[in-house]
Amino acid sequence: MDKTNQVPIYDSALQGSAALEELRAIFNYRYLIVQFVRRDILTRYKRSALGVAWTMLNPLGTMIILTIVFSRAFGGSQEGYAAYVLSGLIAWSFFAQSTNAATLHLVWGGSLLKKIYIPRTSFAVSATGTGLINLLLSLIPLVFVMLVIGVPIRWTIIFLPIPILFLAMFALGIGLLISTMAIYYADIAEMYQITLTAWMYLTPVIYSPEILPEAYRLWIIRLNPMYYLIELFRMPIYYGQVPDINLVLISAGIALFTLFAGWMFFTSKSDEFAYRV
Amino acid sequence: MGAAESLVVESNGEVILLEDVGVRYRIASERVITFKEYLIRRFQGKIALGDFWALRQVDLSINKGEMIGLIGPNGAGKSTLLKLIARVMRPTEGRVLVKGMVAPLLEFGAGFHPDLTGRENIFLNGALLGFKSDEMQEKFDHIVEFAELWEFIDVPVRNYSSGMAARLGFAVATDIDPDILILDEVLSVGDESFQRKSLSRMEEFRHQGATIILVSHDMDTILEMCQRAVWLDHGQIKMIGSSPEVVDAYREDQESSDGAADEA
Repeated sequence: MDKTNQVPIYDSALQGSAALEELRAIFNYRYLIVQFVRRDILTRYKRSALGVAWTMLNPLGTMIILTIVFSRAFGGSQEGYAAYVLSGLIAWSFFAQSTNAATLHLVWGGSLLKKIYIPRTSFAVSATGTGLINLLLSLIPLVFVMLVIGVPIRWTIIFLPIPILFLAMFALGIGLLISTMAIYYADIAEMYQITLTAWMYLTPVIYSPEILPEAYRLWIIRLNPMYYLIELFRMPIYYGQVPDINLVLISAGIALFTLFAGWMFFTSKSDEFAYRV
Repeated sequence: MGAAESLVVESNGEVILLEDVGVRYRIASERVITFKEYLIRRFQGKIALGDFWALRQVDLSINKGEMIGLIGPNGAGKSTLLKLIARVMRPTEGRVLVKGMVAPLLEFGAGFHPDLTGRENIFLNGALLGFKSDEMQEKFDHIVEFAELWEFIDVPVRNYSSGMAARLGFAVATDIDPDILILDEVLSVGDESFQRKSLSRMEEFRHQGATIILVSHDMDTILEMCQRAVWLDHGQIKMIGSSPEVVDAYREDQESSDGAADEA
């Protein structure tokens, strides 16, 4: 086999923009992303009897508990509270799981980073990919619950890919930011856990924004990027509406900005990772 | 380090070139692990960074088809040098030029997932090295054949013995035809017949023009397999030459320092 014509050349002296180089690298290693996602899905449930079904049973179980506990407190004004909670939870757990996994994989994948060159963003990108698969699977119980409790499923469901795309971009951006910091300080991962819990209760996931006092609503909700993303996620499926254009634009802005910031920050630091992990 | 120099490099048989390479680790004089500690110390003004050069002023060129040994005491910078060649680290100063695809041999734990079967791990490992599934599919039979793991290929790797895992790793890393193969003290695993098999494969490999870099503390392996050897000490190259010469000098140095330690 004659390989002389296409030998890859690596020259440490020729360094272009780290952010662009990483973009090219992650495209070249797309098969690795597929393998990482496959690995995550396969290993997560490999030794359990119900296997991948847990992806669907997990949010369903949480939804049932929350519905029983909170439907009186929060659900009074909300029609089809179970579906409201479940749709919020699906979007929220996608975000929480993807960002957490991005951090864990990068920190625990350290031994790999020290041995072999792979694009460093592979960990966060594959974590988001795994999260997407789980999100798509958990739409099945959502549709099921809506059918059971009588929330109509409208044609607007075809708009669902838009909020999912923005959620994924936002999660990837945050995942890159947090995982970069976690490389430098081990307790960032722990602090992030607490932050996530607080953040979830500040976001209308299990309650509707109307129950908040007017004075707080502006500050707590409107400045919270996840509020927009979750509202946008609920629109085509739970509310059965065509997504409001203003909401789409705001969400797109949030998603693009976060992804850009995360990517730039991560790639500006990633050459140091091998020195740190 | 201009464009003119890089033209010179293209014309001869070098596949790896290190020019005045240095790698500096910044170690906080008191090790800071957590963000909280960092903030506390920052306020107290106690963050002092100590520099530690793992490699300094290293010049080295390795030719195509060469099998070169890397020796030196622990902490001499051998692994750091491999990381530069594997592109895992960028040098703090100087230049590293590598032509061709580099495959490090991934040991158990790094490239394998214990819960996945041998079959699944072959594809994962291949993807880590940049290969698609269908490309790995073509190589699959050959890899399993070489690793002698047909019976266990659908068993999770956690149930493999360390020898079996090492065989699988070696089979994958060599089957993908890398231009440069990095072996970091890994030949000691596997039984004798497999070791012989891997030696002959490396020999065959080298004849096809692949370059092999071997790190070992076992001088006999270096003598047996490498034409040239590099002796690293405290981050600098102490000696480069034919392996018998370098190994002899290294052994002598080790003995004399042992002797000195005994007398003291």
